[in-house]
Amino acid sequence: MKLAKTYFADERNDDFSEIGQPLPRTDLRGHVTGRTVYFADRTFPGMLYLKMVRSPHHHARILSIDTSEAEKHPGVVRILTAKDVPQNLYTILILIQVGPEDEHVLAEDKVRWKGEAVVAVLAETERAAQEAAAKVKVEYEVLEPVLSIEDALKPDAPIVNEHHGRNYYLYDSGECRKIRFGDVEEGFAAADHILEETYQSSPIEHAPVETTGCIVVPEANGRFTCYTNTQAMFFTLDNASIILQMPGHRLHMVGGTVGGGFGGKVDVIVEPIAILAAKLTGRPVSFIYTREEEMQISSPRAAEKIVIKDGVMRDGRIVARKVTAYVDAGAYSRHSPYGAQKAAAHFPGPYTIPNVWIDSYCVYTNRTPSSAMRGFGVTIADFALEVQMDKLARLIGMDPLEFRFINAYRDGDMKAHRQPTEGAALIECMQEASIVADWPVDERFMAMSSRVREG
Amino acid sequence: MAWKRGRGVAAINYPTGMNLGGDPTQALVHSTPTGNFMVTLSSVDLGQGLRQVIAQICAETIGVPTEWVTVDTADTDTGPHCMGTFASRGTHRVGNAVIRAAQEARQVMLEVAAEELEADAADLETDGKGNIHVKGAPSLSISIFETALAAHFKHGRSISGRGMFLVPRSYPETETGAMKPSTCYAHACTVAEVEVDDETGEVRVLSIKNVFEIGRALNPKMVEQQLIGGSWMGMSHALYETTEPYYPVRDHGARDFNEYLMPGPGDIAETEIVVLERPSGDGPFGAKGPGEMCANPQIPAIANAIYDAVGVRVDTLPITPERVLRALRAQQAAA
Amino acid sequence: MAKIAVQFTLNGSERAEFVESGSTLLSVLRDKMGDTSPKAGCRQGSCGACSVIVDGELTLACLTLAETSNGKDVRTAAGLSSGDVLHPLQRAFEEEFAAQCGFCTPGMIMAATVLLERNPNPSREDVIEAISGNICRCTGYEPIIRAVLAAARSNSVAA
Repeated sequence: MKLAKTYFADERNDDFSEIGQPLPRTDLRGHVTGRTVYFADRTFPGMLYLKMVRSPHHHARILSIDTSEAEKHPGVVRILTAKDVPQNLYTILILIQVGPEDEHVLAEDKVRWKGEAVVAVLAETERAAQEAAAKVKVEYEVLEPVLSIEDALKPDAPIVNEHHGRNYYLYDSGECRKIRFGDVEEGFAAADHILEETYQSSPIEHAPVETTGCIVVPEANGRFTCYTNTQAMFFTLDNASIILQMPGHRLHMVGGTVGGGFGGKVDVIVEPIAILAAKLTGRPVSFIYTREEEMQISSPRAAEKIVIKDGVMRDGRIVARKVTAYVDAGAYSRHSPYGAQKAAAHFPGPYTIPNVWIDSYCVYTNRTPSSAMRGFGVTIADFALEVQMDKLARLIGMDPLEFRFINAYRDGDMKAHRQPTEGAALIECMQEASIVADWPVDERFMAMSSRVREG
Repeated sequence: MAWKRGRGVAAINYPTGMNLGGDPTQALVHSTPTGNFMVTLSSVDLGQGLRQVIAQICAETIGVPTEWVTVDTADTDTGPHCMGTFASRGTHRVGNAVIRAAQEARQVMLEVAAEELEADAADLETDGKGNIHVKGAPSLSISIFETALAAHFKHGRSISGRGMFLVPRSYPETETGAMKPSTCYAHACTVAEVEVDDETGEVRVLSIKNVFEIGRALNPKMVEQQLIGGSWMGMSHALYETTEPYYPVRDHGARDFNEYLMPGPGDIAETEIVVLERPSGDGPFGAKGPGEMCANPQIPAIANAIYDAVGVRVDTLPITPERVLRALRAQQAAA
Repeated sequence: MAKIAVQFTLNGSERAEFVESGSTLLSVLRDKMGDTSPKAGCRQGSCGACSVIVDGELTLACLTLAETSNGKDVRTAAGLSSGDVLHPLQRAFEEEFAAQCGFCTPGMIMAATVLLERNPNPSREDVIEAISGNICRCTGYEPIIRAVLAAARSNSVAA
């Protein structure tokens, strides 16, 4: 790695003793000797294992649940269904007033995605829990599923989630988060070329080597210690407190080193049910996702569909950009309404465009709920934006790197979401890339600055 | 039929911290009787090394060597509230809270030292090695060890501080979407070079050259490891990863690491990293969040390089050999 | 459930436990013997985080029945250093910043240990081959490859 200190040197004071030093990471000693403690590196006497009975259907009504055979299975201690959960209906972001509550800890009337948790089985061994889970009988009436963004938004589509009553999240701005800046139709009318393209992605898994999980220990003083690999300790505590209708002072979350997160461990899924199980059995409870659960049950990065329409001039200026983006949230909100909103703010990319129109939708389908992942709301947007930039450059016969210099934002430029640009450094990154990658650009671009507009 | 080369570029920015703000983090700092410092948090270290960078931030602020600082975190009984480790907010939000707590602790430390030296606290400075002295008069000096002992046993003072950092929440304007998503942005530009087998659709990434602007590299070795790993993940997203390869069809879902594809050690590209630093106005020592954006620019850069190599566009992720091959067939059919 | 005896040498010490029939070496090491350095990343042999060395062979502890290790020599990452003196691989992983979350690190170091025991001067390709059964999600592998090569160099200098 090279630190290119010549850029912005006048804006920096590099006179530090600890900051900027490549000091060794003190936690690496534990990593290389195998002594770093992760949440699952603990065993407790009498610990029970929790296994979920999950929906085999994308969309179905639950007609009956029969746990009698499973209860007789050797080693089974307790079986939990929706009626055992004090506040079964929840949504994670209710803590920051992003509602409505739309998800059940254990499914009640319906299942809305293949893999949804229906019944929790607690047994003395993992094997007994697994075997007993297979003996739980759930009778379903299969309903028509909605599996794609396009199907979800059809006028006669079945409703995925009754708590929303429609197959998209309703923002204060309506069916999508909107950005309106300048007059995009006027921009298109004035443009030399118009290019409209559609970009898509499939769900992506965080795939940390350590799967999601927790171990809960009921303490003698009536409190519950929850050893967890959550990425957000109080988020987990506060949501568990609501779901369990248990005062927060009875909950103690202990984290430590997490074996990779990448956004996959900010949903509060395993802790509330494991704490409830520990409460109802009075015994320590371990609930750790299998690798298959991590891959197919834990929230992935959403599939997205992004339509970009641009108006561009022969001289390289983009004069209008309209983006319609759809995030496939799956069956429940989790963090997706936030992600779709973040995407809206991120468009139209790090470029100064006078006329911008953004519609960003959070769409519900009968799929595994998606949620946060590294680059939430932005990663797929950047793929779409930057491939579009390449296409635009080639459309007008311009070098793709030079084309980006022409449109790059500078300090003081007004962004589409109406914040003036500050601290821009896109141009300098591109100048350095031009050198490092031996991709020469015209000298007028190498003379540009993010801090002032020439002329 | 041949391997054909191409290169592509992408340039991006990334907002630091939870979008629209409203995501507080608090920190507590106190000294032990012998002048070591404890930082108490509830923030989570996901493996990116949050504890190490927080120790360096605290040490710099107080004026002691980093090894004198211990970070105790991820316990809701002892650590004050933190919104969590996500949205590239760890270094920025937690770092700022720790700076404020450390400044308050430092102030008490200097007041105690001032009493011991019979000087004015405003005239004192630290040497970063564990001593406090009067500015311009290095001989009028007291060690932090002695200062902490005096604070505890003689002055009855707590060398401690509380820190809080909160970017006020912004609410988007309904009709226009006017809002303040973030207070500072990191930047990147990536050039990828690929080889595409026009017979099989297979893509090899030959090199990835990344330039990242991250405000300040607080620990350059840790920045480097994060950026190299991120660059790999970007390449992985571009060409390999999905839980459902035929989305929206739900079949063929990957269940394990044999079915969920990622580039292995034999598939990695030659990777180059350059870091620029334009300090942010509100970051700890100017730092921005590098953790997420470092995995983004490789994806479009690789997509653009594939087009440059064989003249086909695959606008759906991941860009699998099957998709490249289908696009090549369509191209041939059209010709 | 019926219990069976397992007995083997773990990092130089003789160890014995009664365990449930069908227990894996991974669960016996972690839950019975308190050596949590092998990690359970998938428990189906696809991630390598549970890698240990049995009679000199790199072994996935999650797919190994504990009883098949009877009488054998089992080594884990926890037994690699002697006191404060790190194994050259451990030192190299630290110096090259070849770990982030650290969850794959013990298994990765086990794979590299077997490589260096058999081939003290490996090429880059040899290292890639040796660690190809171990998944890392954080580092992008390059720092790990560098660390293994650096450890090999430091070994040959010492020898």
